Amino acid sequence: MRFYEHEAKTLLGRQGLPLPKSGNAKTPEEAEQIAGQIAGTVVLKSQVLSGGRMKAGGIRFAGSPQEARREAGAILALAINGQRPRSVLVEAKAPVRKEFYAGVIYDALAKRPVLIFSDMGGIDIEQVAEQHPEHVARAHFSVLEPFSDYQAKNVVASLGITGNQLSRLTPILTRLVRLFLQYNLTLAEINPLCELEDGNFLCLDCHLDMEEEARDRHTRLLQELGVGREETRQARPPTPFEIRGAQVDALDNKGVAGHVIEFDGDLGLIIGAGGGSLTLLDAVRKHGGRPANYCEIGGNPSVRKACELTKLILSKPGVEKIAVMMNVVSNTRVDIMARGVIKGVIEAGYQPKDKITFFRIPGSWEDEGARILRKYGVEYGDRSVSMDEAARRAVVNMRGR
Amino acid sequence: MSVLIDGSTTFIIQGITGREAVNMTRECKDYGAKVVGGVTPGRKGRDVYGVPVYDTVRQITDQMRVDGAVVSVPPGFAKDAALEAIDAGIKLVVIVTERIPRGEVAEILEFAKLRGSRVIGPNCLGLISPGKSKMGGIGGTAEGTRKAFVAGSIGVMSRSGGMTTEICNTLSAAGLGISTAVSIGGDPIIGSTYAELMPLFEADSQTKAIVVYSEPGGPYEAQLAAYLTHRKSRLPVVAFMAGRFMDEMPGMRFGHAGTIVEGRADTSTEKIRLMQQAGITVAESIESIPSLIQERLSR
Repeated sequence: MRFYEHEAKTLLGRQGLPLPKSGNAKTPEEAEQIAGQIAGTVVLKSQVLSGGRMKAGGIRFAGSPQEARREAGAILALAINGQRPRSVLVEAKAPVRKEFYAGVIYDALAKRPVLIFSDMGGIDIEQVAEQHPEHVARAHFSVLEPFSDYQAKNVVASLGITGNQLSRLTPILTRLVRLFLQYNLTLAEINPLCELEDGNFLCLDCHLDMEEEARDRHTRLLQELGVGREETRQARPPTPFEIRGAQVDALDNKGVAGHVIEFDGDLGLIIGAGGGSLTLLDAVRKHGGRPANYCEIGGNPSVRKACELTKLILSKPGVEKIAVMMNVVSNTRVDIMARGVIKGVIEAGYQPKDKITFFRIPGSWEDEGARILRKYGVEYGDRSVSMDEAARRAVVNMRGR
Repeated sequence: MSVLIDGSTTFIIQGITGREAVNMTRECKDYGAKVVGGVTPGRKGRDVYGVPVYDTVRQITDQMRVDGAVVSVPPGFAKDAALEAIDAGIKLVVIVTERIPRGEVAEILEFAKLRGSRVIGPNCLGLISPGKSKMGGIGGTAEGTRKAFVAGSIGVMSRSGGMTTEICNTLSAAGLGISTAVSIGGDPIIGSTYAELMPLFEADSQTKAIVVYSEPGGPYEAQLAAYLTHRKSRLPVVAFMAGRFMDEMPGMRFGHAGTIVEGRADTSTEKIRLMQQAGITVAESIESIPSLIQERLSR
């Protein structure tokens, strides 16, 4: 879950990291007021979760409060990569002498976090690592032993940095590491981390991602920042269909029947589990099918959840039929899935045999499941029908049987 | 032979009185696994399908040999449970729990390395050596497990628990069978990666070939490719890559927590390229895997 820049800077501030004077404006009037308080030239920054703000015109400068008001208005009206800005961050413009980079991420191979530092900030760190590897320093660190200043100092000094720069940078890097660990972040990046004309340092831009799995451990913090539970903060905001999918999944705590992601096709998919869904969606597309959605079922969901999910998918504009398919299941019960889906189709006002192109879930209670489906005239595939073949039949049956 | 577990492996189940763990206990016992105890704090003295319940791991390890532990507790307690098992000297810890934050997984793995324990998972269904034992919910009921997992010569490693069963069912139906199948877990950081398990399969005389189920996201497929490039393995590897459609949707999360695609190296296209370059046969469908293996074995 990515934080907006102004939220991320609130977290940096709490850890004692140096930041420019700033305020978050929701309207041009607020921007004018904040610029007046800051005095001098200000930078106005569009608060979107997308990169490329500078190029898109989402970062502007203003020499007076009146100008700040005008520029803020322009930024607030400008969508960047399809995202409308939440607000405009108004910051004092700083006289920069040199730009650095500091970041912390997990290294899945080392299975540890790694602190990354460069004296070439302001650009993409991957680009620096590729073109100027001698300007990038890295150090993995333990999550069991305490992190101490000397580790940060070693990283900075390894690039040949000494004097005032070394003493100022060391505690900044240490605090970034603490922030990363304290808030279950998966990425904590300050870029650029700037040295000013007077030798002081400021964090001018930053990117913080909190792990999805850790959100419920930081409910108070997220509440303080105004981050809503329903905000997924993924590459694009959730659609109303996706939000309703999450509500279906929250009906009870039995299994999973949700995590729907919207596509624009005509074949509704009730598929599972995690890996099975990925495999089946690929297979449907390979056979020329046009999926209306992605979803995940697993962990033996209740009849109610399977029923509501079915109704939700059938209610999506453009959906003509649905296919119900999973890998060989261990704990999800085939009969419960069959009951839930058939109930959903009937409650939505249709005949199961008209709406379900194919049903392929082999595994526990499959005989009972097959019996139920037979009763309603729905074609059932057991484990002798491969996932690929099931997807093919689902697509073929779209054209009517 | 087999890998990691065999008929003599003794293990405990942590969180044994939980709904899922109760089923798992019955299923493992029915399959013939040696489940010697369970732990749920405050429930000492009860039993789950004849398996005695204790308050602490030490209460069990003090009185008998325990080879493994299955951690099946809610995510908020999983780190502690895993550390407790490792500290008690248990050498194989299978973490079934989903949604453990990465920082805590890193803590568990660092401690495990320090103490010489191996971790499988998190976010996995465990492992099975057909006909000998299974540890975790893999395959479900004993009856379902026997149907999908027949003993044979193929080692299986999979990031998806459900797809482990699907693939093994396909291999069993084709008459190849399974030596050991490991559901390695769907998280961004896991205890045992494909490349880390390869030497175990190479040392196992029963195993003749490897099947890998992979997904976009993370560096573990690239790690396997690098392993096979730098070291001639006696085992041919056939891989299946799911989630190819995700390449068109960077930054979205599908399936397991590990699948978020963050850079070019994480995409299915790039992983397929790396794996093929390393001599791995990449299957276009699950059903085609058995014939691809036969072809590799007859070369």
